[in-house]
Amino acid sequence: MTRAPAFRGVLGLALLLTACGTASEPEAAHSPSGAGSSREGLAGELSVFAAASLADAFEDIADAFEAAHPDVRVRANVAGSHTLARQIHEGASADVFASSSVEQMAVVEQAGNVADAPEVFAVNRLAIAVELGNPRDIGGLAGLAHPDLIVVLPAPEVPAGAYARQALDAAGVALTPASLAYDVRAALATVMLGEADAALVYASDVVAADGRVEGVDIAPEDNVTATYPIAPLAGAANPEAAQAFVAFVHGPQAQAILADHGFTSP
Amino acid sequence: MSRATTPTTPPTATTASATPPAGGPRQSLSPPLLLLGVAGLGLLLLPLTALVLRTPWGRVAGLLADPAIGSALRLSLVSSLAALTLATVLGVPLALVFARYDFPGKNLLRALAVLPMVLPPVVGGVGLLLAFGRRGLVGQPLAALTGMTIPFTGVAVVLAATFVSMPFLLVTVEAGLRMLDHRYEDAAATLGAGRWTTFRRVTLPLVLPSLTAGMALCWARALGEFGATITFAGNLPGRTQTMPLAVYLELERDPEAAYLLSLILLAVSVAVLVALRDRFLTRR
Repeated sequence: MTRAPAFRGVLGLALLLTACGTASEPEAAHSPSGAGSSREGLAGELSVFAAASLADAFEDIADAFEAAHPDVRVRANVAGSHTLARQIHEGASADVFASSSVEQMAVVEQAGNVADAPEVFAVNRLAIAVELGNPRDIGGLAGLAHPDLIVVLPAPEVPAGAYARQALDAAGVALTPASLAYDVRAALATVMLGEADAALVYASDVVAADGRVEGVDIAPEDNVTATYPIAPLAGAANPEAAQAFVAFVHGPQAQAILADHGFTSP
Repeated sequence: MSRATTPTTPPTATTASATPPAGGPRQSLSPPLLLLGVAGLGLLLLPLTALVLRTPWGRVAGLLADPAIGSALRLSLVSSLAALTLATVLGVPLALVFARYDFPGKNLLRALAVLPMVLPPVVGGVGLLLAFGRRGLVGQPLAALTGMTIPFTGVAVVLAATFVSMPFLLVTVEAGLRMLDHRYEDAAATLGAGRWTTFRRVTLPLVLPSLTAGMALCWARALGEFGATITFAGNLPGRTQTMPLAVYLELERDPEAAYLLSLILLAVSVAVLVALRDRFLTRR
């Protein structure tokens, strides 16, 4: 029976792999209650699902949270709110959901996937991102209708795109975009790369572009208000840290970070 | 019906490659190998099965009647076939260069040429913008000379698909060329055939199995292309929105419709591949 050792080897390998697979879970599950050295005993990984427009602000907030709770490691999963809501629905392991739209949060809530009622923690407005120095001299939404301009909008399927439609309708502007970007950061990128003359983005995105684009304000009566709700999730692997993180986001330190990134408090 | 005249070869061997007839006496596999093979099959087929199970088949007719879906499907087919043509016209000569010439830095160049296979496609799309965009290396002079810009056009869709798919053709055809017996070409040359004739009448037929396999891979990759396309060509229904882009955005709105759309794309690609195989591969 020369085959037996080889087969045992494979079995051993399989067992080893299973062991590896399970080894990481106790680490996450035990450590919050276990040897956490931080004051509140918070530890382990915290998985935060955040809307694309929150990317930079949440990176800073995560750093600040980790500074306050050195044993917690925040892992941010950043994507469009729809995508995140679907990932949560399909059972992705997430502790906190920060959405750029009330609708997508409602989807998650109605599926019974939140641990606490969602609360709005930030407000965002739309702005027109143009190239530095505004070479095409775009003054507002009405200025976008010029047929020579290459304008990129977020796709109507994502929240920013729905807001963009609303704002353009409110201003009575009809335009043919060159492209409908799959998320708001992709729309911003086309202006940063010089391929589009203008894109409708969030005011926070203009700040995020860090001097690589210029923002043109939209008349307040045409502009829309995007509200950002956050909630700890029912399936959280680290529920204590999830609660603490949500409270932290509502707190003064995180609110100051959000203001730095172009958001306003609710 | 050429298929009836090729009797003894097992059907799998003809499609796989032009292996010498020595291969494949039936011998039972050792259990671990068999087990791993089945596990591999499971990994490949389970997601597909899950997709099929979750698909609302009753909505096929309604979705296909949607003009946006029709145009996305058409654009996908046209642009992927255009990409395949471009990749073949440029890729086969490049494979010949790599297979036949030795020059300093060849290995590095060869590695760079297949880099799009491992490069995240979105990064490839940014690279395409930096090269062919209106501020790009080539794009800027082009725009200055002709007033033509490539991003957000159908040309960009084809370029993006060619960029990501040509390496698959390149690798396969080059491997085929390396296995060729040069004596056939030498014989053709001694019999007075010119270099072009030798290529067309001797080299190309000899390398045909690799070429068809490479073309099939290349086309499949071009048809499924997403990241480079949405970055470089953008997404506008009726203009640059291919099926993978339509599927991605439909996921945001109506996931079940998206499952259905991806299966429609799958069915079309399988149909085309089978048709091509019957047409070209079974002839040998």
